[in-house]
Amino acid sequence: MENFDVIVVGGGPAGLAAAISAARAGMKTVVIERGDYPGTKNVMGGVLYSRATEAVIPEFWKEAPLERPVIEQRYGFLSGDEIFAAAYRDPAWAGPPYNAHTVLRVKFDKWLGQQAEKAGVMIITETVVEDLLYKGDNVVGVRTGRAEGDLGAKVVILAEGVNAFIAKKAGLAPQLRPDTVAVAVKEIIQLPQEKLEDRFCLEPGQGATIELFGDSTDGMLGTAFIYTNKDSLSVGVGALLEPLIRKKWTPNDLLESLKAKPYVKRLIQGGETKEYLAHLIPEGGYNAMPKLHRQGVMVVGDTAMLVNGLHREGSNLAMTSGKIAGEVAAQAIQAGDVSDQAMSVYETRLRDSFVVKDLHKYRKVTGFFEDNPHFFQVYPEIMMNAARMFFTADETPKKERQKQIMKMVFEHRSKGALIGDLFGAWRALK
Amino acid sequence: MKLDDKLYLVRFNTDKLNHIKIADPEVCLKQCQDKPCTRICPAHVYDWDEEEKRISVGYEGCLECGTCRIGCPFGNILWGYPRGGFGVSWKNG
Repeated sequence: MENFDVIVVGGGPAGLAAAISAARAGMKTVVIERGDYPGTKNVMGGVLYSRATEAVIPEFWKEAPLERPVIEQRYGFLSGDEIFAAAYRDPAWAGPPYNAHTVLRVKFDKWLGQQAEKAGVMIITETVVEDLLYKGDNVVGVRTGRAEGDLGAKVVILAEGVNAFIAKKAGLAPQLRPDTVAVAVKEIIQLPQEKLEDRFCLEPGQGATIELFGDSTDGMLGTAFIYTNKDSLSVGVGALLEPLIRKKWTPNDLLESLKAKPYVKRLIQGGETKEYLAHLIPEGGYNAMPKLHRQGVMVVGDTAMLVNGLHREGSNLAMTSGKIAGEVAAQAIQAGDVSDQAMSVYETRLRDSFVVKDLHKYRKVTGFFEDNPHFFQVYPEIMMNAARMFFTADETPKKERQKQIMKMVFEHRSKGALIGDLFGAWRALK
Repeated sequence: MKLDDKLYLVRFNTDKLNHIKIADPEVCLKQCQDKPCTRICPAHVYDWDEEEKRISVGYEGCLECGTCRIGCPFGNILWGYPRGGFGVSWKNG
């Protein structure tokens, strides 16, 4: 049996960040990946955040296969054919140190894998890990699906993604439920660069993101998104599985319904669909976070439910958690102590970072919106009516129009309910 | 765009081994009225076969998201990863 210091299960951003930081600290490190190479099994929206990536690969933007730096983030509420939107744009985000880039994971993860190899990491591909190997109660490696496929390690880092089979067996992953996961589908829609840049009002090379709420998911808890790649758009929609089942949607029908919305239709017009993808997103947040470690094992990224759905952040939580886990593994191995106590340094550091702090801050959000579905149904409608009334010039005196708007609002939602919603939302988001 | 046309765009290295199993077909027939697996799977891998009175599984088109495993109300779908190197192989991701 071949022995390593650190075995990382899974070659995504979390796993590769973990492997790179462990290898840089001198650890003999291997990543076991089930795809042909890192990336071929990996899907996200996808926005990659610069600070978390830079912490793993300084000045990554000079070499990494990125699509476009995001200079504008647009948020819209859809109701029927109407949209109410707001956007923030900063052209400074088009240059170093950047804030975020759109990426296509097959290209990006492949490149990140190559960086890991440069750091001395060995990557074993086309190999599925089946379980941890134990000696007594201690984890001493992994069992793979290959003949004579046992590999020894002092520390195993589980970065197997949302379908966390190994972590589950090791008691380090919660049972996913229809109310803690969202199913997302997306299409890669090819468009000529110039057309794309004109439609989104971008200078050559710049990128934009759009998130759409409300009718984009038929009022279900979730979001639709449109991200600009180099010469394509990533157009997708994700919704919590529980309402999706209840409302009898199919993911593809939801995506087709989004694409038919007048606002979206015009953006993707004439584009050619190149790929259709699907993925699960762990949305359980802080309350669904598992125990993050045990003797000789740490869990990172999606496996640990590290997704901030409200801010559509995930890749950064993945890379930061991976980097910390890799460093903690190296320190523990160098100190000759890989006990649960030694691994708990990972949890302490993660809790001190934005990763767990942000999840903790929003720990009540998913539950709040699940219990108050009208936020995704009634409020978009109120907003749309108010905007339409406010902007329609039909000789109604503005003061009277204002009264009509208030009347309309209270017809949809009583004063008491409005105050309750406001207070509830503040409590969930504060 | 039809789902079948979209799935045609996806690259697979199809394994001859099926990586999906219905644990107890009787549960689908007798206990499961709703059969959400026939809707929630983004690739429509699951279909109710009225003649054979069972769920048919087109594992070859599985996009490996895992939604079926979580969404089956009876935990009756034993879904795992295909063997290493097999299954979906994204072009863009």
